[in-house]
Formats: sequence, structure tokens, C-alpha cells
Amino acid sequence: MVDDPYKVLGVPRDASEAAIKAAWRKLARRHHPDVNPGKPEAEQQFTAASAAHDLLSDPDRRGRYDRGEIDAQGQPRAPAGNYRRHAEAAGGARYSPGMDGGVFEDLFADIFESQRRGRDEAYRLDVTFTAAVLGTTERLTLPDGRVLNVTIPPGLVSGQVLRLRGQGGSGETPGDAMIEVRVAEHPLWRRDGRDVLMDLPMTLREAVLGGPVEVPTPAGRLRVSLPAASDSGRQIRLRGKGVAGATPGDLIITLRIVIGPPDEALQAFLRDRVDTSDPRAGLEVGP
Amino acid sequence: MITLEVLLRGFPALPAADVQGWIRAGHIRAEPGPVFTEFDVERVRLIVELRDIFEVNDVALPLVLSLLDQMYELRRRLTAG
Repeated sequence: MVDDPYKVLGVPRDASEAAIKAAWRKLARRHHPDVNPGKPEAEQQFTAASAAHDLLSDPDRRGRYDRGEIDAQGQPRAPAGNYRRHAEAAGGARYSPGMDGGVFEDLFADIFESQRRGRDEAYRLDVTFTAAVLGTTERLTLPDGRVLNVTIPPGLVSGQVLRLRGQGGSGETPGDAMIEVRVAEHPLWRRDGRDVLMDLPMTLREAVLGGPVEVPTPAGRLRVSLPAASDSGRQIRLRGKGVAGATPGDLIITLRIVIGPPDEALQAFLRDRVDTSDPRAGLEVGP
Repeated sequence: MITLEVLLRGFPALPAADVQGWIRAGHIRAEPGPVFTEFDVERVRLIVELRDIFEVNDVALPLVLSLLDQMYELRRRLTAG
């Protein structure tokens, strides 16, 4: 039983050729099998609309149908969706687009890789300031009880994410463990790229006369000889004593004079002393 | 054997020159002759439908065919697993 072609297209019996064509186009666009893969009902509606259009777009057959000389059974037409069946079969490779380029291959590789690959899992690890400067290996215990040895490279900065291949979710190819590392602050040291910065207090005597002082560095204590007549704010660069590695950074010390508690002898000495230079010479307030 | 003449019997309103143009453009991969497979015939039907139903013109046709070919390639591979 075939439906009334006018009903199929949703047009009145006196519809113009243009109206019939427009109605058919609208239905055919919506139900075209290549636009609706995997929807058999779309194929049926597409076939019905096309059969109705075939009949009504031929003035001779339309007239015979209107006079009741023929029924809505049109000539047999190819069922819709044939192209799709060919294209999806193995022989569909006849029109394979993969002839000119790795991009397409890469796309498939990515899709299949992501299907078989386990999930990446995110973790967080806190390390000390010194560990991030010198590098180390930290143990990270995962919720499932596994223990990962995480290599912290010297120079790592807070927030950096380390990827441990194959240590994430299980799959044909296991995912990765993504470990966000947070570096703790340190009371003495700060980082500036691969350099480590610190303030070093010194006494008035050390500032005036210079001499050896002990400096705590990330790699251990170090004896440093202060030059005589060192002002507050003077910087001393200790080469290679910053972040470790093939191109190590420096430790940059900024000297600070600490006067300390009142000292009567020092006060007596200085009270009679006349300054030989004016540190504020040249300080001028501009316009 | 499906020759151009046999193919055109299924498309009374389709000029032979259109099919020959699609072969030259690479849209239809017919064997020399030209000789068509049933798949080629369905692809001719697809192009006719794209043109008549969706009003895809000659400028947009290569893009639309390329996208459909990519989609079917993807579907083939996904179902092949």
C-alpha cells in the first residue's frame, strides 16, 4: 500500500509544480540517507518523498493519477541509502580520501589511540625548596597503594607538571600520571630563574674591614670572604652555587649591615668622628 | 558491464557530459571505457541528489564529496575495529 503522494509531500491537490518541487526538496533534505546514517526510517521517508515527487512532477502521470487511472504505485525505483551501504562496506575504499596525506592517517591514529589508552591521572606532590634547587627523587604513594619514584629535576618551578608515562589509568596502553609539583617557600632563599637570591646580615665591623663569613647555601655552608668597605645592598655573586645542573645558576648574596643593640664603646668612638664623605651628596629632588 | 549508456538509462534527465566531467574531476572513479561499478552508479545518484535536492553547485561539490568520503572512511574503520 502506497500513500497518497499529495499527503506524503504535504501539498494540496492543486499545488503548482514549483510547490511540489519545494515540498519534495524540503523532505528529501531532511531525510537524505547520507545526512541520516543509521536511521532506516529516514531512508523510508526519503524513498516515499522521492516516489511521490516522481509521480507528481510528471504532468502526464499526475493527470492519470488525479483521474484515478493509476494508483500511487510508481515505477520501481532504487531504494534509498544504496550509496551509504556501498560506502560503508569494505569496497567503500574505492572512494577512500586517504590518498593524499598523513593528516588523515594521523586523525585515525589519534582516535584509535585514545580509545585504547588508559586515562591520564592527576596527582600533586609537595617538595622542599632545596629539593627543587638541587634535584632529587621523591616517593609518591598513590591511592591504590602503588609507590611512584618521581624524579625532581633541578630547577623545577612550583606548578610544573611532571608526566610519568604509563603510570596512569590502565588500558591497552596505560595512561600517564600527571604530577603537579608545588615547591615550598624558604625563609632564607628565593628563586630567580636558575639563580638563588638571599640577604646576608653582616656586622658594622665586617662591613668596614671585610673578612671571612659563613654563608648557608642550598648545597651546604660555605666560607666567603667579604671585601672591605662593603655597603648595605652590595651584591656578591657565588658562581655555580644556585640551581644545580649542566648550566648551574648562581647564588646572589645581598649584604645588609646589622647594627645590633646599642654599644657604648662604638657610640663613644663615633661621637667624636667626623664623616669623610657625604653618602647623600648628589641626592636631588627633580622638578 | 555498466557502460555510460547503461548508466544513463537510470538517469533520463542527466547529460552524458556531466558524468564525463565528474570522471575528469575525479569524483567518479570509473574504469577506462568508461566502465562503472554499481558503487559508481550509486555515487552518480548521490551527486545528482546533492545537486538537485541540496543545490550543491560545482564549486562546493568537491568539498561536500570530500567530507562525505572522510566520514565514510571513518565509519568503515570504526566498524572494522
